[in-house]
Amino acid sequence: MRGVVLPVMTLCWREIVRFRRQRSRLVGAFVQPLVFWLLLGGGLRASFQPPGTPPGTSYVEYVYPGIIAMVLLFTAIFSTISVVEDRREGFLQGVLVAPVARSSIVLGQVLGGTTLAVVQGILFLVLAPAAGLSLTVASVLSVVPVMFLVSFGLTSLGLVIAWRLDSTQGFHAIMNLILLPMWVLSGAFFPITGVPAWLGWAMRLNPLTYGMAALRRSLYLGNPLAAGAVPGLASALGITLVFCLLAFIAAADAARRSAA
Amino acid sequence: MEVEGLHHHYGSREALAGISLEISRGEIFGLLGPNGGGKTTLFKILSTLMSATGGIVRVFGHDLVREPDAIRRHLGVVFQHPSLDSKLTVMENLQHHGHLYGLRGTALHTRAEALLERLDLDERAHDRVETLSGGLRRRVELAKALVHQPDLLLLDEPSSGLDPGARRDFTNHLGQLREQDGVTVVLTTHILDEAERCDRVGILHRGKLVALGTPDDLKARLGGDVVVVQAMNPHGLQVKLRERFGCEPALVDGSLRVERPRGHEFVREIVDAFPGEVQSVTFGKPTLEDVFIHLTGRRLWGEEMNGGGAA
Repeated sequence: MRGVVLPVMTLCWREIVRFRRQRSRLVGAFVQPLVFWLLLGGGLRASFQPPGTPPGTSYVEYVYPGIIAMVLLFTAIFSTISVVEDRREGFLQGVLVAPVARSSIVLGQVLGGTTLAVVQGILFLVLAPAAGLSLTVASVLSVVPVMFLVSFGLTSLGLVIAWRLDSTQGFHAIMNLILLPMWVLSGAFFPITGVPAWLGWAMRLNPLTYGMAALRRSLYLGNPLAAGAVPGLASALGITLVFCLLAFIAAADAARRSAA
Repeated sequence: MEVEGLHHHYGSREALAGISLEISRGEIFGLLGPNGGGKTTLFKILSTLMSATGGIVRVFGHDLVREPDAIRRHLGVVFQHPSLDSKLTVMENLQHHGHLYGLRGTALHTRAEALLERLDLDERAHDRVETLSGGLRRRVELAKALVHQPDLLLLDEPSSGLDPGARRDFTNHLGQLREQDGVTVVLTTHILDEAERCDRVGILHRGKLVALGTPDDLKARLGGDVVVVQAMNPHGLQVKLRERFGCEPALVDGSLRVERPRGHEFVREIVDAFPGEVQSVTFGKPTLEDVFIHLTGRRLWGEEMNGGGAA
């Protein structure tokens, strides 16, 4: 056990220390979604009454859970970029010659990124009243583990890509092609209600749709109507869990195949 | 460590063409060769970063392909490119590394402190690596590779980018390690100085091991002294020297090289025989570079030094 736990913990710890020492990352992962929220929420508020939600729900409120998902997504992206940097700067070689299984290395990286994402997600929860949302203790207790699962899945997915690439430029391109569209089509930005059929299917096939649904269901725990027309908590969690597992297996596999 | 018939291809390019050698415990072994000669490929295979396309490597009785983790435990690796996290302090880097090898707590801390003291790094222990000079960083790399008390230390171009003073310090630390801890050291280098100080040297050229032995042995094989002649017309003089003295002068980068016992007498003979044609003659005991030229007909630094004029 010690042979697995210690390396995983130390890799995770390093991600957190590095993050603390790079202020610009905090800005990127926290301030940017905040600005998005203000711009999108403020700008679309007058023209957009989200269908499928109770009357009176403002767009600022609708997009708030989506912005939490964006916080998680951005942190996941930043921490997976650090894998590409580790390889380019050489740090990874030292880890790869240590007697540590590739899956443990990946687990350490994923947990590091996930921890950072959850902490920032919790910080963002403080802004819930500004969205017109009143959180209960139960909904906070439910939303934190959901944030953990969603970040775990997103960070793993980012690592699947990061372990195959050696330049950050390539990484940005792929992020824009995969991760951002995933976010847009998750129900974070607009609900599935009333979209054209092809778009509806794209959203149903998008794993993040279920993470998004679990976030909404948790934030509105005990008030299912307000969560809108999204999958139920149990099935959303189940699918998210499966997604986490598959993404992690794929990331560990990418790490095993990668030469230094 | 035993290597048998090791070969490796990158696509159709052959990087290693059948390498066999044995390295015994406590030895300092140097792999000398020009860039592109196969050193780095061999290094990556030995450090378990890459698997060879064919051949066998055994380290401390473990097969490199089947039991990489058993070998990794005994292996300390210093890469050519930095492998430290520059955002962490020196001590944090060592601790992180120790954790990867299952060490922790006071035992790890004591071990790391002792190493830093031994390598004269103790005063910088709590500075971030990004604030350290290149020479100090190299020493931290060495300290890091030693945290888990490896039995075999692999170093890829350990002194590249170091000034001569720092290089000497670094080599002395390696010597100490062998004396005090019985660590086996395998290093790659293209610096002659560094190769001279190894117990044995293997010369790699185009993926083949073209020579293997102690530096003195290798030099003794050349038979005496090396005489280097600069001439107005080196091609013409090459022919004349061959006819007159029955020797086989090699033309390397525009100068003629002859290996010859009693070089000082030969110098006089050349100058007497061809007074107008010789620009300068030097002679000296052979260096490992002379060995390399003798074996390959090329300078070790060929491409890097100059295009073919006198060097």
